[in-house]
Amino acid sequence: MSDIFKKPVSRRTVAKGGLASILAAGAMPTIFTGASHAAYCNEPTGGDVTLGFNVPQTGAYADEGADELRAYKLAVKHLNGEGDGDMLNTFKPSALKGNGILGKKVKYVTGDTQTKSDAARASAKRMIEKDKALVITGGSSSGVAIAVQGLCQEAGVIFMAGLTHSNDTTGKDKRRNGFRHFFNAYMSGAALGPVLEKEYGKERKAYHLTADYTWGWTQEESMKNTTEALGWKTTKTVKTPVGAGDFSQYITPVLNSGADVLILNHYGKDMINSLTQAVQFGLRDKQVNGKNFEIIVPLFSRLMAQGAGEAIKGILGSTNWNWSLKDPASAAFVKSFGAEYGAPPSMAAHTCYCQTLLYANACEMAGTFSPEGVVKSLEGFKFDGLGNGATEYRAEDHQCFKDVLVVRGNQNPTSQYDLLEVVEVTPRSQVEYDAKIFGGDLGPVNAKPC
Amino acid sequence: MDAIFLQVLNGLDKGGAHALIALGLTLAFGTLGIVNFAHGALFMLGAFCAVSFNKIINLQQIVLDPTRKTAWGTPLEIKTPYITSWLGDFGNVLIDYSVPVSLLVTIPVMWLIGVIMERGLIKRFYNRPHADQILVTFGLAIVLQEIVSHYYGANPIPQTAPAIVAGSANVGSWIGLGESVVYPWWRLVYFGFSAIVIFAVFAFLQFTTFGMVVRAGMRDREMVAMLGINIERRFTIVFGIAAVVAGVAGAMYTPIFPPVYNIGMDFLVLSFVVVVVGGMGSLGGAVTAGFLLGILQSFASMNEIKSIFPGIDQIIIYLVAVIILLVLPRGLMGRKGVMED
Repeated sequence: MSDIFKKPVSRRTVAKGGLASILAAGAMPTIFTGASHAAYCNEPTGGDVTLGFNVPQTGAYADEGADELRAYKLAVKHLNGEGDGDMLNTFKPSALKGNGILGKKVKYVTGDTQTKSDAARASAKRMIEKDKALVITGGSSSGVAIAVQGLCQEAGVIFMAGLTHSNDTTGKDKRRNGFRHFFNAYMSGAALGPVLEKEYGKERKAYHLTADYTWGWTQEESMKNTTEALGWKTTKTVKTPVGAGDFSQYITPVLNSGADVLILNHYGKDMINSLTQAVQFGLRDKQVNGKNFEIIVPLFSRLMAQGAGEAIKGILGSTNWNWSLKDPASAAFVKSFGAEYGAPPSMAAHTCYCQTLLYANACEMAGTFSPEGVVKSLEGFKFDGLGNGATEYRAEDHQCFKDVLVVRGNQNPTSQYDLLEVVEVTPRSQVEYDAKIFGGDLGPVNAKPC
Repeated sequence: MDAIFLQVLNGLDKGGAHALIALGLTLAFGTLGIVNFAHGALFMLGAFCAVSFNKIINLQQIVLDPTRKTAWGTPLEIKTPYITSWLGDFGNVLIDYSVPVSLLVTIPVMWLIGVIMERGLIKRFYNRPHADQILVTFGLAIVLQEIVSHYYGANPIPQTAPAIVAGSANVGSWIGLGESVVYPWWRLVYFGFSAIVIFAVFAFLQFTTFGMVVRAGMRDREMVAMLGINIERRFTIVFGIAAVVAGVAGAMYTPIFPPVYNIGMDFLVLSFVVVVVGGMGSLGGAVTAGFLLGILQSFASMNEIKSIFPGIDQIIIYLVAVIILLVLPRGLMGRKGVMED
């Protein structure tokens, strides 16, 4: 038996050994540990690469989250060269080859945001730390998007936002590692302006009911600026608590306010309830100031329109994309998605599918998964063939600029999905703005190892 | 004046829903001594009874039209409700009146759910602390919510009122106010319905032998049992009635508020405040407090009030509850000795 086993072990020896083990295991700078071998956070080493899909799987936006997840799964399938390829065939300029990303097979993990910022951050953190996700994408709320974008910036991974419409996401809260394909509240206002003027004239009095959180505030501000520029007067703006449920006490004051337009800066369940109740209160049958009373919902989604039922018919709003578009890219996406799931995709599904392709393409263009390379590829990237016409990822704020759809609740739907008719495709030039107006600073790209 | 009148109407219809839920809660608490946090889920289940009924009578015969295609290339489906094919115009009437007709299904289903809930779970917690009761019933509520969410999704499912009461009533002209004072017909129907249900429950407890025994049991359960009356069986029936009251309240509320899986939680907290303000175990107190707090909340939402006290609409109910409980610790009509041990 060797001496070492004969020698009595002193407390000092144990303490020294323990300290050395602790230092070796975790307390040493990561440059001396295994993590230091990676050039950037979650650099893939094997034959596959993991994407993190962070969507609401429970809670109020679970249906939207489910549709986003369907789109992500379809995108992964197409990136790996399975299925009909869908918009991979129409997207240009494309470096995608249908053999994964940079030759690595695409895998994915999912997280449940629950549409709560803390839960969304926790699931994103788990996917980055435990599942080694290279990119986090998804979400159905601006509060969640801003929270997760901040986390991804700190962690050194890319964030490709899902459905988030607040000006703040690519405004005062923008981050270098974050990118948004979806349009925003400013663009909704700018797109709706000319249509509102054409349909309702220049002399109107608007009453706003606004969801009391970041998205609602920016939506109200954008609509107010747009309508006042048309010559409309703002009678009153009233903030309503998120999830108020019964809006009757907020709607009845509208009846005698002298306003002839009600603008509902609500989304999701709030939009369904406030619109349904406004219609029940007879607002759409009213005549005020010698004009028909009108209701406007600046942000529409087909899934939400389904919830509002009959009430949505004839209501004007805006949307990022609609499945009824006839361009080859939209047709290819609808065909592929419909064949897979038996229903057309929602605008949330569309933006998530596009974001996955755009991320994969940026990696291919850069020849690396490094956030530095991806950011460089995406900044100022001009592309077409993803259903929105010519589009650009503006370098100054990482906001996509493209045409915006003004839609109206379909009066005579031909199917349960045929709920919105496109009134106008507002050209990109009309919804563009100076990146400085919303403040914020992208800061430097974080491409450090995690 | 117009605005005040409209807010009174708002308060009455909101108060009607609160009063109906609080009435069921109080029935369960007053008879069984159970603090039932799953009561909001019973309201939600009632609403989904109406949704399910609507789905069933709208079941459609699907015929594929090979000459027309969907956007994804499959033949277009032409759908016709079976009930219209079988019953013609009467089928259309049934579809139009699906919400009120669904009560015929909601009542027995909710009765059954109430009895199963009481016999299967609640009775095991009669002699346990209120904290245990709250935890288990709250857990049950979450389970029920998630089951409904799994089968019906998380999006609200709109239900329409019958066409005859779909628009707004010109209530202003009825009482000499301006023609601009209108109020949705269905909300007026709901208020009337609440009043009828509340009256029926009171009449049942006040004027029937069964009600007399239940009232006696609420006063002194042991004494009633010693007289040889099977009070437990009657209490099971009372729990069933409480579930039916919550269920029909939920079913009839669907045209006002498109039902969604967590609708019960929206009402539950406020209804507990209503019960406490009305006085634990007091049926009259629950109904009075339901309407009172509903009207107060509506007034607090008026722009004129909010411009003086911003955010008052969000706290008024709790503020008034605190004041009432400070002045009247047992609530408006609370009995001595209830929850005071």
